Amino acid sequence: MPTVSVKRDLLFRALGRTYTDEEFDELCFEFGLELDEITSEKEIISKEQGNEKAHGASDVVLYKIDVPANRYDLLCLEGLVRGLQVFKERIKTPMYKRVMPKGEVQKLIITEETAKIRPYAVAAVLRNIKFTKDRYDSFIELQEKLHQNICRKRALVAIGTHDLDTLSGPFTYTAKKPSDIKFKPLNKNKEYTACELMNIYKTDNQLKHYLHIIENKPLYPVIYDSNGVVLSMPPIINGNHSKITVNTKNVFIECTGTDFTKAKIVLDVIVTMFSEYCENQFTVEAAEVVFPNGKLHTFPELAYRKEMVRADLINKKVGIRETPENLAKLLTRMCLKSEVIGDGNQIEVEIPPTRADIIHACDIIEDAAIAYGYNNIQMTLPKTYTIANQFPLNKLTELLRQDIAAAGFTEALTFALCSQEDIADKLGMDISATKAIHISNPKTAEFQCLRICVLFSSLSSAVSHLLLQVARTTLLPGLLKTIAANRKMPLPLKLFEISDIVIKDSSRDVGARNYRHLCAVYYNKNPGFEIIHGLLDRIMQLLDVPPGEKKGGYAIKASEGSAFFPGRCAEIFARGQSIGKLGVLHPDVITKFELTMPCSCVEINIEPFL
Amino acid sequence: MADGPVAEVLLRRLETADGGLDSAELATELGVEHQTVVGAVKSLQALGEIIETELRSSKRWELTAEGEEIAQEGSHEARVFRSIPPEGLPQSELMRLPSGKVGFSKAMSNKWIRVDKSAADGPRVFRVVDSVEDEVQRRLQLVRGGQAEKLGEKERSELRKRKLLTEVTLKTYWVSKGSAFSTSISKQETELSPEMISSGSWRDRPFKPYNFSAHGVLPDSGHLHPLLKVRSQFRQIFLEMGFTEMPTDNYIESSFWNFDALFQPQQHPARDQHDTFFLRDPAQAQQLPMDYVHRVKRTHSQGGYGSQGYKYNWKLDEARKNLLRTHTTAASARALYRLAQKKPFTPAKYFSIDRVFRNETLDATHLAEFHQIEGVVADHGLTLGHLMGVLREFFTKLGITQLRFKPAYNPYTEPSMEVFSYHQGLKKWVEVGNSGIFRPEMLLPMGLPENVSVIAWGLSLERPTMIKYGINNIRELVGHKVNLQMVYDSPLCRLDAERGPPSTQEAA
Repeated sequence: MPTVSVKRDLLFRALGRTYTDEEFDELCFEFGLELDEITSEKEIISKEQGNEKAHGASDVVLYKIDVPANRYDLLCLEGLVRGLQVFKERIKTPMYKRVMPKGEVQKLIITEETAKIRPYAVAAVLRNIKFTKDRYDSFIELQEKLHQNICRKRALVAIGTHDLDTLSGPFTYTAKKPSDIKFKPLNKNKEYTACELMNIYKTDNQLKHYLHIIENKPLYPVIYDSNGVVLSMPPIINGNHSKITVNTKNVFIECTGTDFTKAKIVLDVIVTMFSEYCENQFTVEAAEVVFPNGKLHTFPELAYRKEMVRADLINKKVGIRETPENLAKLLTRMCLKSEVIGDGNQIEVEIPPTRADIIHACDIIEDAAIAYGYNNIQMTLPKTYTIANQFPLNKLTELLRQDIAAAGFTEALTFALCSQEDIADKLGMDISATKAIHISNPKTAEFQCLRICVLFSSLSSAVSHLLLQVARTTLLPGLLKTIAANRKMPLPLKLFEISDIVIKDSSRDVGARNYRHLCAVYYNKNPGFEIIHGLLDRIMQLLDVPPGEKKGGYAIKASEGSAFFPGRCAEIFARGQSIGKLGVLHPDVITKFELTMPCSCVEINIEPFL
Repeated sequence: MADGPVAEVLLRRLETADGGLDSAELATELGVEHQTVVGAVKSLQALGEIIETELRSSKRWELTAEGEEIAQEGSHEARVFRSIPPEGLPQSELMRLPSGKVGFSKAMSNKWIRVDKSAADGPRVFRVVDSVEDEVQRRLQLVRGGQAEKLGEKERSELRKRKLLTEVTLKTYWVSKGSAFSTSISKQETELSPEMISSGSWRDRPFKPYNFSAHGVLPDSGHLHPLLKVRSQFRQIFLEMGFTEMPTDNYIESSFWNFDALFQPQQHPARDQHDTFFLRDPAQAQQLPMDYVHRVKRTHSQGGYGSQGYKYNWKLDEARKNLLRTHTTAASARALYRLAQKKPFTPAKYFSIDRVFRNETLDATHLAEFHQIEGVVADHGLTLGHLMGVLREFFTKLGITQLRFKPAYNPYTEPSMEVFSYHQGLKKWVEVGNSGIFRPEMLLPMGLPENVSVIAWGLSLERPTMIKYGINNIRELVGHKVNLQMVYDSPLCRLDAERGPPSTQEAA
């Protein structure tokens, strides 16, 4: 969920009134926002870098507000204020207009070289805009928020904004070899080739995250004006030449990307938000984009769409009884201008270009419910009559775990993900023999645990590593690790777990399946094979499986296994199939799990007993 | 034995004593070990109010074995001095004496003796003075006579350093008459025996009182894991509410069922490597329900069922990518798809509680795997009011009654609402779950009838458990680093019963 940071006093001035923190929190909650934090620049810096660095930083109160991930129109102060003012019926939602300029229209020509790397571009002009420091900061911040969210860290869309008065159209969006691109990038006073820039930005904390998008491509995207001035090399950096400042009057906006729909949405959001500061409020000057096929498109689209929703549908889906007129009023408060038409049950809803999140009637219904107030809706119980059933495997698991605990064993709960070493090397097996599934983006997690050592009143830190590469194929390693972490507990330790393991299985749609296993271990000064064997006998008794090899019975037969001490391992057969093994663990296994005492264990698949 | 001779003597002395008596003094008088008297005191104590005792401790200096020897025989240096005749003694001979080594160097530094290295038969030791005062012996004798206080602190510590003195703490009892004082005590029985029952002798015997303030002996037993105890309670609640359990025994899921079927677009951030564990082997799901897949593809890329769609190039390869399921909603999607294939439609209530996996930053409250609880109701004409009503009943069973609902965004529900409850301990509203009505773009491609709505909600199992049991670090609850003592000690899980002690409340 994106968080927007706004200056409280600026926000209240724009809202035309002040709120207490509690009142504003309440308003946010009602509207679906969350007042996440009340802070200041000074507080943020002092928290992150210490009090000294914070010296002299601004202590203007900031509200950090969490905005739903699909509401791009609320990602800046301008949008938040507009949304809340319309919600509170203090203003009417503005009508956004696209106009053709009196003179020449700005043109952006896309060449076919862009097709393989970043094929789409859209553009628009904000004419006679009046920035202030705060407005300018908000304009930059909105681009950053869009980049991080809908633009998927510039992979799908990248925005460039330019001082139009420093440029001369028409513009060309093309792709060139990195060595052929040379320009002075934003905030540098020297020209660099694209290759050099990519190197320089490898150490740039902000830009390094975007390099991968084009890094290994033969051609890099680039936009020129008619004099060969580089506007930008999307999605990395703009040129310094056309940099906008607080004094910029006319802004040329280009959005390039791999997702045409999202590029259009991003452009619409920027121009609807900031045309507020244009001489002709909420009016945007069109730009023409010529696609490689010669087709001419005019942007921004600023498309208004009409949807028809029946009032009774809204009432039925929300569970309220409001008149169509009231529902239209509620929707209008959500920036969805609505009126009752036709038979008096139809509501015509106008979806403005700011509300790209409205793609279905259900989105309109939600807005009606928000404006009505979720907490004003009457709670009722559905009359749905159903008979409950347990999932048979879980039912069996629940019954077994109760009785195994009653037999004196304590239940453990271990991780399903672990390292290759845990399920193979440490058990004396080769990983290929385990049929384990493998994670393609394994996690190396470092746990930093700070421990205050009282005796020396100093801080010492312990780092432990955890590698998540595979899903477990046996429950045994988890139980042995649980014992290792509890070596201080009085002996004997008797543990069990009933949970799922995962094995590759090409007969399943995804190529793998779970098996429900039961594993128990006995850890003491003596191996206690008879105790583990006794537990198996008890489990079979519970499952109503008689001893003996006859059909339906169970028996154990001498066997071997890499995890077991030679001659101390048996395979368990029940209901005519092998269900697992029991035995005394091999000293090497015990040592590898950092244990010191003998240990016996049993592990079976319980699915044959369903 | 309470009626042992020492105990009897103690009681008789106590009868005539003025106020009380000291256990150590009694031991000295009787000529027995102090420990014997202490034993008698303890056995009398066990009989109830016969005597009253007060534990006193005093410090005393005692001679060590070596100190005892020196007090008797003289210090090593004095003994060395005395063993040297006027004509001197060869050093090698002197060193062979028992006190030779220690005594020689001390006597040298006291300037009592001298060594003549030029003597014919090797170094020879001679007296320097005619007589010596054995100060060490005198001091030790003082201590032995109980007059250690006559020595200065420095002198005592010097003797202690030479390991001739030790300071011992003596614990003695000051014994006085108790409220039930009596000199005649009969032997008390500790326990009832089968013989006493059969002979009836229990009628005439006094029994030793029990100490009810002592702890009992905990039974040897196995224990269930606290998180899974909570899981059992949640299952129970769902079953009480008539919900059927969905199969969730498939940790591996295709991106299709985990995301695409839920109308979660292929560029959604949750589908990023940073958030989801994808599989290298088996990397792809081979079998997908292709008819349904095509409907899903169309809905994403072009819209349909009244939707604008997301208007992007939907890729089958992306949908085939296997992953570790990031939510149990993948299982709900499969269950709803199966429900949609049954004609005619029958209403259903489903639930599941199982593991999910996220490639998250790990900290005190986040692990790469956790348990998700999910409830789903599918029926004709369900409303947001119904969702809230079901949530109210569900949370009431958890002991949570103060609820409010906040508009929220989920990719696959619309309307969506976060559920907040008022936390008495934190004095604020905290999020306890997420909920909504599944989007038509998810349900209609499955083949569910248009007027069927599906309401759903979810929460994590770990969070309420951590609050319930007052656990601040999730690693103490889940995984092999669990503290087994915590498992042994954890109480029953009664979610609707009174909340735990105040410390429990801080955990949230």
